[in-house]
Amino acid sequence: MSHCAATELTGDTYTRRFDKGPTGDTLIVNMGPQHPSTHGVLRVIIELDGEYILRAEPVLGYVHRMHEKMGEVKSFTQYLPNMGRVDYLHAMAWNWAYVGAVEKLGGVEVPERAEYLRVIATELGRISSHLVWWGAYLLDLGAFTPIMYAFDDREIILDLLQIITGSRLTYCYFRFGGVIADVTPAFVSGLTEFLARFKSRLPMYKDLVTDNAILRKRCEEIGVIDVDMARRYGATGPVLRGSGVAYDTRRAEPYGIYDRFDFEIPVFPEGDAMARYMVRMREMEESVKIIEQALAQMPGGEHLSAKAPKPAWKPGVGEAYFAVEGARGKIGVYVVSDGTKNPYRVKLRAPSYCNLSLFPELAQGVILADAVSIMGSLDLVIPEIDR
Amino acid sequence: MPDMNALLAGIPAELTRLILALVALMVFIGLNGLALVWVERKVAGHVQRRPGPYEVGPFGLIQPIVDAVKLVAKQLATPAGADKFLYWLAPLLSFLPIFLLFIPIPFSKNLVGLDTNLGILLILAFAGLNVLALCLAGWGQNNKWGLLGAGRAVAQSVAYEIPLLLAVLAVSFQTGSLSLTEITAKQGAWPWQWNIVVQPLAFFLYFICAVAETNRAPFDLPEAESELTAGFHTEYSGMGFGLFFLAEYANMIVVCSVATVLFLGGWQGPIEPGWWWFLIKMYALLVVIIWFRWTYPRVRFDQLLNLNWKWLLPLSMVNLLATAFAVKLFA
Amino acid sequence: MISQTFKEAVTAVWSMVVGLKVTGKNFLLPQITVHYPRQVVTNLDTYRGHIELVAKDENPFAARCIMCGQCENNCPSGCITIESVTREIPVETPKEPAPGEEAKPAPKPKKVKELTQFLLDYNLCSLCGLCVQHCPVDSLRFSRDVYLAGYSRGEFEFELLEMLKKRGKK
Repeated sequence: MSHCAATELTGDTYTRRFDKGPTGDTLIVNMGPQHPSTHGVLRVIIELDGEYILRAEPVLGYVHRMHEKMGEVKSFTQYLPNMGRVDYLHAMAWNWAYVGAVEKLGGVEVPERAEYLRVIATELGRISSHLVWWGAYLLDLGAFTPIMYAFDDREIILDLLQIITGSRLTYCYFRFGGVIADVTPAFVSGLTEFLARFKSRLPMYKDLVTDNAILRKRCEEIGVIDVDMARRYGATGPVLRGSGVAYDTRRAEPYGIYDRFDFEIPVFPEGDAMARYMVRMREMEESVKIIEQALAQMPGGEHLSAKAPKPAWKPGVGEAYFAVEGARGKIGVYVVSDGTKNPYRVKLRAPSYCNLSLFPELAQGVILADAVSIMGSLDLVIPEIDR
Repeated sequence: MPDMNALLAGIPAELTRLILALVALMVFIGLNGLALVWVERKVAGHVQRRPGPYEVGPFGLIQPIVDAVKLVAKQLATPAGADKFLYWLAPLLSFLPIFLLFIPIPFSKNLVGLDTNLGILLILAFAGLNVLALCLAGWGQNNKWGLLGAGRAVAQSVAYEIPLLLAVLAVSFQTGSLSLTEITAKQGAWPWQWNIVVQPLAFFLYFICAVAETNRAPFDLPEAESELTAGFHTEYSGMGFGLFFLAEYANMIVVCSVATVLFLGGWQGPIEPGWWWFLIKMYALLVVIIWFRWTYPRVRFDQLLNLNWKWLLPLSMVNLLATAFAVKLFA
Repeated sequence: MISQTFKEAVTAVWSMVVGLKVTGKNFLLPQITVHYPRQVVTNLDTYRGHIELVAKDENPFAARCIMCGQCENNCPSGCITIESVTREIPVETPKEPAPGEEAKPAPKPKKVKELTQFLLDYNLCSLCGLCVQHCPVDSLRFSRDVYLAGYSRGEFEFELLEMLKKRGKK
């Protein structure tokens, strides 16, 4: 790439390589890495013509913590706490993806009760993640109260998950062969209460925000992603389902016991930010349904298989890929083992990475305020992108 | 001694009155600014189911004073490359005209700074100075984000002045005067005798324009925190920011006072008319503006302008025409 | 078309009013905030604080720990350092053999391992729970030490045996 605009050697290498457009009358701005609305440490270099974005280019790596390298120097069991930190908003899903991959690799069986516990924990995590997304998205758009209401509900979820895992955010709940702790009666009663309360809160969210004319104007017809574009960039999750493609890993590549539950995959065809918004709001309702069914159907039994591998276990030579449906999209973990006690390679497929790659094309020609709305609607978690 | 008396007698009564009014207004604006900061934070807190400030003093009442002390005590830093003169002129230009805006407003039958027969004109004219202050702020701070914010603010302010003016004009037509004291006097003590009953659309339009003129949510794009860090006051800290902040609250008080006078009967009220009714009505409107901020998301910039040119302006013109007709037919 | 626009405008304005109603209602509802430290939360019995040693049933000043080193090896962050001493317990000298009997071989002295230090560098701990889970004698558990604050890293390097003894005294 030629340095044709590098007459002023200011800024860092990314700014210098970001050539100015043909007119030279444009403004090059950095949004981030410290910015109130790039959800994490994301830097976006933007070329602005007045208020319109000509080009946008995300610069990653500000939160790179070498998780995949850590996978190579820690043993299989020692790597478990890392999974809670990759995407701390839906830590349960990342836990499941890794544990599922290793169980597939090593042929470990999971008791039925543990499968139900996994589903309950993951769906609670999904609701919690979508509440954070909702609050933060509205904060970006300028409404300061919905995040407080969302966090009010989320506090209860966090308190519930604290009962079984002891943690509030970075859970290390899953083990090879089950989960670390069973539910207590306090948890079950608290969860039942929460589900009833949450169902009564959702109409309030609709009244305050979803039906609000200002929000509709900010989200409708913004950042339209058609199916072809979504497929080209490998978008998954609500981004894909908001473009009309009914792809959900829980139905397309079933794992665990999701085939036993009766739930819908919300799909909206418009492809704009409003469609993605509605997908996530409906997903919260569906998660509530799943948790209710799981609570009702859960059998007795052990929460961790008696034949669960010991910490120093070596799963044997092989490779396995396991994908789960996270709040942001399809989370994949690919583990390669060469028979030693550490994995040979752990590859983490983060859904936000592919969703972010949509952004430069989406942001072309839009007004800056819309770019913020688009980025919020993609539901990015930067630590997951950088790993 | 007699010279002194003659000297003092030589000062026109109007001038004395004006000076006294300005001093009283300074006190009023200062106290109200502090009070509004507290009210805003408390209302915000309770809407969000949290306490707001409560540590500093009982119910956090001393919080605004402490904040003011903090702002005053900060270093007056000028960013590198900023135009020093413009940079420091902007907050002053934003804050100082506020006193002028309050002078024609009647707080009670006799409490008016200057009973001029062009009160409304004076207010509208000097309110426009704020636009210049925004321009200077945006340009002077040598910051791209600030420039963007200032550009937006200027376009917004200029656009929303027009329906504001037309709504106010409708009331003037109806009363037949531009003098605020006369407009107040023409209204009665009871709510059904206030102008809002006759001019509900004008009130609605005026209120929306007022919220937009003061850069309050949902029209607070110029200071859109989540997009432009802080818009036109990005580079300001310490007292520069304090002045902008105070100016914003003072502007809010001005528009609410004008609304009270024009539409809600001013100092008139049941049982005992007086300045207390004026203050009650003014604070009620202020609380509504604060309520708006904590409920709605931000309106996008072009939608904001759309709203103005496609809805508020035609509606205000229709309102004005209808008022003119009505006045002609029924006067 | 005009009626459509009009309807949209009315819906829009009505949604504003509904929004105000929601926030207005919430204004009147009580606060959710727990005013720490005047109030405290009540759900800390499941909180995962730093690990602590569990005392033996018969001796509150000694830990159940058998110094197997499982927790030390399994820890992903290498927080745990166990130090122990091996002491010899003197054994009775055998009686003189009766005439005609062979002399029994002198029994070897018994060696006993004793825990001297159980260091936890809490700065590195990720609270994964592998140590607690895999202790063969259940000598570790999570504490409920929520209100933990310090001024330097050194304050979070715990010596768990000492802390156990302090707890035993109380």
